[in-house]
Amino acid sequence: MTADKKASTPDPKHPMEHLLRMDRMPHIWCPTCGLGTIVTAFASAIEKLEMSLDDVVVVSGIGCTGRVAGYVKTDSFHTTHGRAIPFATGLHLVNPKLKTIVISGDGDLFSIGGNHFIHAARRNVDITVICVNNFIYAMTGGQVAPTTPLKANASTMPYGNFERPFSIPYLADSCGAVYVARWSSLHVRRLTTAIAEAIAKPGFSVVEVISPCSTLYSRRNRLGTGLDLMKFYHDNCEIQHGADTRDLDIGFQEKIIVGKFVDRDRPTYVDSMNEWYGEVFGDKYESYEGSVK
Amino acid sequence: MITADPKGVLTGSHYLDGDHAVAEGALAAGCRFFAGYPITPSTEVAERISARFPLVGGLFVQMEDELASMAAILGGAWGGAKSMSVTSGPGFSLMMENLGLGVMMEVPTVLVNVQRGGPSTGLPTLPAQADMMQARWGSHGDYEIIALSPSSPQECFDYTITCFNLSEKYRVPVLLMMDECVGHMTEKIVIPKAEEIEIEPRKWFKGSTEDYLPYKPDDDMVPWMVKVGDGFRFHTTGLTHDERGYPVMSAECQKDNVGRLVDKIRSRVDEIVILEEEEMEGADVVVVSYGISSRVAIPAVERARADGMKVGSLRLVTVWPFPENRIRELAGQVKAFVVPEINLGQICLEVERCAAGRAETILVPHAGGWVHDDEDIYQAIRGGAK
Repeated sequence: MTADKKASTPDPKHPMEHLLRMDRMPHIWCPTCGLGTIVTAFASAIEKLEMSLDDVVVVSGIGCTGRVAGYVKTDSFHTTHGRAIPFATGLHLVNPKLKTIVISGDGDLFSIGGNHFIHAARRNVDITVICVNNFIYAMTGGQVAPTTPLKANASTMPYGNFERPFSIPYLADSCGAVYVARWSSLHVRRLTTAIAEAIAKPGFSVVEVISPCSTLYSRRNRLGTGLDLMKFYHDNCEIQHGADTRDLDIGFQEKIIVGKFVDRDRPTYVDSMNEWYGEVFGDKYESYEGSVK
Repeated sequence: MITADPKGVLTGSHYLDGDHAVAEGALAAGCRFFAGYPITPSTEVAERISARFPLVGGLFVQMEDELASMAAILGGAWGGAKSMSVTSGPGFSLMMENLGLGVMMEVPTVLVNVQRGGPSTGLPTLPAQADMMQARWGSHGDYEIIALSPSSPQECFDYTITCFNLSEKYRVPVLLMMDECVGHMTEKIVIPKAEEIEIEPRKWFKGSTEDYLPYKPDDDMVPWMVKVGDGFRFHTTGLTHDERGYPVMSAECQKDNVGRLVDKIRSRVDEIVILEEEEMEGADVVVVSYGISSRVAIPAVERARADGMKVGSLRLVTVWPFPENRIRELAGQVKAFVVPEINLGQICLEVERCAAGRAETILVPHAGGWVHDDEDIYQAIRGGAK
């Protein structure tokens, strides 16, 4: 009876199959982790933009989010801890026509990779950074991160965190990013739109995604299950488009301001270079469109 | 082999220092992406590249640090460009992290170290050869690397091109281990015509996208390469990986993966190594040297010969992989090896290991800051000849 039933059921296909490396499933992420939703939002954004996957390259660093590069069916690089942005900078600069996207975690991008983030933003390198912020180092077991809210517990802040965390949108804004948004993994539709807008935007664009880590952050802080965290986002995320980025700190289990905060135009690194060298060298200068023919 | 793109080749005679000659070598080799960070005594390479690149279609970027520089040149290489960075000791230390990624992802790229005195900030403006073991073992884990050591501006030009060619052939980052003396020494260099410069093309995969496995080795153990944007939708990682480039956490995969990274070079040492030998026939003592020290040794060797001693000279143009076979062979024929180097004993340890007690190994150390007094080398030769 069971065998018959199996035989009559068609193979369930994942709706995102063409965008994912199905030969690598199941993935390593925990049940209720926000990453699955975020990867789906990313894949939907690519579809929305009607881009060829051949023109998209994903670069990740190390950590739970670092594993995204291994699951998306684009050219993809799982690099070293903190170095996704400079690696992506090299890739982008030799071929600026590619859509170069960094997907990595808060610890990777803002602790060990913090210096690279601020300089890529300053240069306005035309890449998109999607930062999955779960407030903690999850892959290594729940240590304090540069985003851990004050008072939250972490395995290396066993009495609660007393280090002031970064506000990612404020940092991105002050360093010159042209597009800055924050959503949570609950806001699937808005997140998808934000990712698509960020990718389409010329220059350094940043999307922060608040994401539940029920295995470590939630357990250490007695916040309940993944579902409880989603309920928390539902009840406590407040949409404020265009909010002043100085007011976007996240306190422990306090209100989270989400929305699109920055959307402005600045010449990209390559545009600035072409414009300036055109002025300096005149006709002798051939506008740079990549060093690989 | 193909020939150089004439756009980057400054054919003719020039009066250049080693650093500038490296920049011209890179241009001639087809390097069109450079990411670097200023550091004495290597900065002139970056300066010349930044001046030359805009009119040859290259892109120079000064990164925020050497961690970023090394990561960027790996990205640039995967984008399809020939890429390079230049540094000195403190920056070299920072680059060790992503040098390992370059080894693991099998990225063709070139990294130049114009060595200065260390440890730490050491002697920024003065020479040393004390990063030679770091070049071999500086990044964590097991690997093999290729490193060359030039002794003149002409060789800086020539061997920079060789470094690019080796990096393409073996798909490994190749190191040019200079020293402050060679970097800042100005001499005549001759840049040949583009059609006389041989270039190793990238090992491009020619098959279809369905057939591509990023880490499936060819007969020479080196996998075929593709670049981003060509539709292969490949994945690569610094994790231990299988032929698909997918992570596999097992002892078996580690053995296959890392074993091949090592074997692709270790099994072809004699093919890779460039040595210069002189008067080895019947020698009692062989002076083994590299970089600036090989030039400082010349008067000592000549004086010893004039005194009737039988002295051979073996110059290591390629320092890594180490020419084990040749040293082993010589160890059965000579009384002693004399190794002058501007450090307190690094390459002499390799010579001693290969000599395995069959010939004496005499280090002529120098802590750095200047080159040897040739008298010290002469006395070591005399001691070895007894």
